[in-house]
Amino acid sequence: MEKPFAITLSVNSSLANHTGSWRVEKPEYVHRMPPCNNACPAGENIQNWLYIAEDGSYEAAWRALIAENPFPAIMGRVCYHPCQSVCNRAELDEAVGINSVERFLGDHAIEKGWKIPAPAIESGHKVLVIGAGPAGLSAAYHLRSMGHTVIVRDATHAPGGMMRYGIPKYRLPREVLDAEIDRIKDMGVIFEMNTRVDDVHEALNEGFSAVFLAIGAQLSKRAYIPASEAARILDAITVLHDVEDGNQPLLGRKVVVYGGGNTAMDVARTAKRLGAEEAIIVYRRTRDKAPANDEEITEALEEGILVKWLSTVKHAGENSLQIEKMALDADGFPQPTGEFETLEADSLILALGQEVDFSLLGNSADLDTKDGLMPVDSTMMTSHPGIFAGGDMIPADRTVTTGVGHGKKAARNIDAWLRKTSFEKIENKDIVTFDQLNTWYYTDAPHVVRERLEATRRAKDFSEVVKGLDESNALYEARRCMSCGNCFECDNCFGVCPDNAIIKLGPGKGFEINLDYCKGCGICVSECPSSSIVMVPDK
Amino acid sequence: MSTTPIKFYQVGSFAVGNRLLSADDRSIQSDPDRTNALTSGHRACQGCGEALGARYALDAAMRATNEKIIAVNATGCLEVFSTPYPESSWRIAWLHSLFGNAPAVATGVAAALKAQGKSDIRVIGQGGDGATVDIGFGALSGMFERNDDVLYICYDNEAYMNTGVQRSGATPPAARTATTQAVGENPGNVFGQGKNLPRIAMAHEIPYVATATVADLRDLEAKVTKAMSFRGARYIHVLVPCPLGWGSASCDTIKIARLATQSGLFPVFEAEHGEVVASTAIRHRVDVEEYLKLQVRYSHLFSPKRRDDVITHLQSIADKNIARYNLISDESASS
Ligand SMILES: Cc1cc2nc3c(=O)[nH]c(=O)nc-3n(C[C@H](O)[C@H](O)[C@H](O)COP(=O)(O)OP(=O)(O)OC[C@H]3O[C@@H](n4cnc5c(N)ncnc54)[C@H](O)[C@@H]3O)c2cc1C
Ligand SMILES: Cc1ncc(C[n+]2csc(CCOP(=O)(O)OP(=O)(O)O)c2C)c(N)n1
Ligand code: SF4
Ligand code: SF4
Ligand SMILES: [Mg+2]
Repeated sequence: MEKPFAITLSVNSSLANHTGSWRVEKPEYVHRMPPCNNACPAGENIQNWLYIAEDGSYEAAWRALIAENPFPAIMGRVCYHPCQSVCNRAELDEAVGINSVERFLGDHAIEKGWKIPAPAIESGHKVLVIGAGPAGLSAAYHLRSMGHTVIVRDATHAPGGMMRYGIPKYRLPREVLDAEIDRIKDMGVIFEMNTRVDDVHEALNEGFSAVFLAIGAQLSKRAYIPASEAARILDAITVLHDVEDGNQPLLGRKVVVYGGGNTAMDVARTAKRLGAEEAIIVYRRTRDKAPANDEEITEALEEGILVKWLSTVKHAGENSLQIEKMALDADGFPQPTGEFETLEADSLILALGQEVDFSLLGNSADLDTKDGLMPVDSTMMTSHPGIFAGGDMIPADRTVTTGVGHGKKAARNIDAWLRKTSFEKIENKDIVTFDQLNTWYYTDAPHVVRERLEATRRAKDFSEVVKGLDESNALYEARRCMSCGNCFECDNCFGVCPDNAIIKLGPGKGFEINLDYCKGCGICVSECPSSSIVMVPDK
Repeated sequence: MSTTPIKFYQVGSFAVGNRLLSADDRSIQSDPDRTNALTSGHRACQGCGEALGARYALDAAMRATNEKIIAVNATGCLEVFSTPYPESSWRIAWLHSLFGNAPAVATGVAAALKAQGKSDIRVIGQGGDGATVDIGFGALSGMFERNDDVLYICYDNEAYMNTGVQRSGATPPAARTATTQAVGENPGNVFGQGKNLPRIAMAHEIPYVATATVADLRDLEAKVTKAMSFRGARYIHVLVPCPLGWGSASCDTIKIARLATQSGLFPVFEAEHGEVVASTAIRHRVDVEEYLKLQVRYSHLFSPKRRDDVITHLQSIADKNIARYNLISDESASS
């Protein structure tokens, strides 16, 4: 082209100038570990399923959730949600109500009848699971998903373990429990109920390639309490078990429960519902030292349960108990004071904790035990090759969620063991802390409180106490998540780059850095709300 | 403020976009097909606030005018880094003449378009603070006085950056520049001098005056869009941190602009026909120190000897802005 006077070069775009050559560091998109995920005993990817739920894709969110834990509706009711205790949002306003969204997804799945497909390929391996509590069921579910034939044997007549025979209906309605267990049955897991296993080795001879032991802790701990012959003393586990089986235990008008754990709260609340006029908990230490979950203590108190903190039972008579007052010493241990009082009581229920009943295993008691528990190695295997264990019977926290986590971990290791490989967990210990987030971009949004049944009404029957969220609440709650350490496509990086060096790939696909132009200023890293971009040295 | 608040809790209306917002509720910058009036390959420093502010503003102006704009640029970084012959980063019709005459040239372009009956093509004048508050001030005041149909945007980085950080009439008190060294009894720029151009523009009672920063993209976009809905002389003053001149980390450009607003040192407001009509409330108030300490141009206030007297003086300027522009609403009182 003919150029004007004094012009020698054609006009060009600056795109020819690759300013990326100035760079010494470059931004990189990463997936970091949100604290909630890190704290979940079942290893759920909470941030991920919240992210999926945020646009209303509930089924996809539910499927992402059950990839780790088959019981969202149960979790949403009984899990003590350690995830929420570490949620970064708590430092901004309040923790995300993870547990309530989980329950919403679980209930929604039940309502819609979503199913879990049976495995496409059968592995040919047969695995025996002993115990149909959360640990056993979780292992069965994961093993079945991997294509193994799974048989679950349990001594009781309905599966669920302590989820059925411990946790009362008003906290976990049985339709919910049944619905989530039925889904596992529908995958082809075979349940052999009313079948007590008393020889594990024999089972191995039956053609099982591996065994997962999850017999829980079924035995109520006893304490020596001098008692007259006419005193009525029961144990909490038996009482709860009887109630579940429809055998109304005779408790009388005034019931005293001895202990400060969740079982004590549950059995006292149950006694009230069975018609006791008064249910009193006697515990030797203070409220803040009680092992029971604080929410459960609150709910019990709301229902009119009385608690005698710093008290022990000295003697049980026919219609009364002798109680001794305690005082905390300098180290915070309760010490007797020599001060006594009398408490009217028609029955005394002991809720002093549970022990593993190894006698249930009969002559297979040759497996190593230690301090009344069964130790396992990092693959969940016991001292006997091919026999794995988890849940309340191994040294760990005793919660439903921990059991579910054990079941999953054991299943993955059993699978590897059957295939003669090993299971390598990819650990991500790059945990996102609050100060790494750019919280300017999150609007203030307090969390939604789940409605509870009025205390006066609820102590009369076994209907569920805590209500769930409706869809709009659940969506709001899910969207409160700050997506710690994982991109949620807020477009900030794409917007703030002075060099247009970020390429937006479209919904669900995230972003890419155009290294031809990125000068490495790091604004995208600073302005990323969720700490999902880091600067790395550029070679 | 003119942006509609979006009841959306994860990122409210503060982030650039978000997959969950409808296309209408997203910022112009979140559009994968945005116009990029200032495209890649420009030679601005790492983290340059001026390059960012210019793209934000001009993309919004393009959207508002169906891409029919002509920009007249004063001499300065924005001009130099975008057009080293024979390359240009501009994807709009763009004209550069001199350091001091951008408002006058813009007036001329507007007059020529008017003579040709092309009322749909709109004119933008733009320049740095030196070009605007100092050397081009007379031309700008004339443009205001005649109410010429031009939107003039000043990208204020508070000094003459392109020639090596000399003081301008927009350099804040106590700031160190090449011509206001941090020496003597009262180090840095003097107190009590300089010009507040948004207020001077308001005194001309032109249809629209606004301030904005690169820290609040949605606000800036809304203001440019609104400005394009008026005819006559309009003025937007955008605070654009300069990592080189301010001695700040390149990654902190937006953060520093945000702290300028949250401390009250840079009030964000809008005025129509000489009257303030809206201001953006502070969300999380901070002391001016939070803002100052990230910048080497103020480092002499902290070492070798801490100058509480000077910091307090700067704080009083921020407090005065807060009172004058009503920057603290009842809900935003937390710090
Ligand atoms: C009253 C109560 C309330 C609780 N509330 C909560 C709560 O709200 N949240 C929470 O997270 N945790 C709670 N827990 C704890 C939780 O229930 C347990 O930690 C969890 O159920 C343990 O799971 P598991 O699978 O190890 O054992 P279990 O749930 O005890 O299941 C073991 C199963 O093995 C069967 N079994 C035992 N031996 C044999 C054998 N030899 N052959 C065949 N079958 C056998 C048993 O019948 C039982 O079904 C509560 C516990 C109790 C007692
Ligand atoms: C009449 C005239 N005097 C001096 C200069 C040199 N000069 C070029 S840019 C510039 C400073 C620009 O400062 P500002 O307007 O604040 O823009 P910035 O570079 O800071 O963005 C100066 C002094 C010139 N080009 N013309
Ligand atoms: S904000 Fe979201 S990702 Fe972060 S800890 Fe809480 S629930 Fe997890
Ligand atoms: S000197 Fe400042 S204004 Fe000029 S290009 Fe560099 S960062 Fe931008
Ligand atoms: Mg300047």
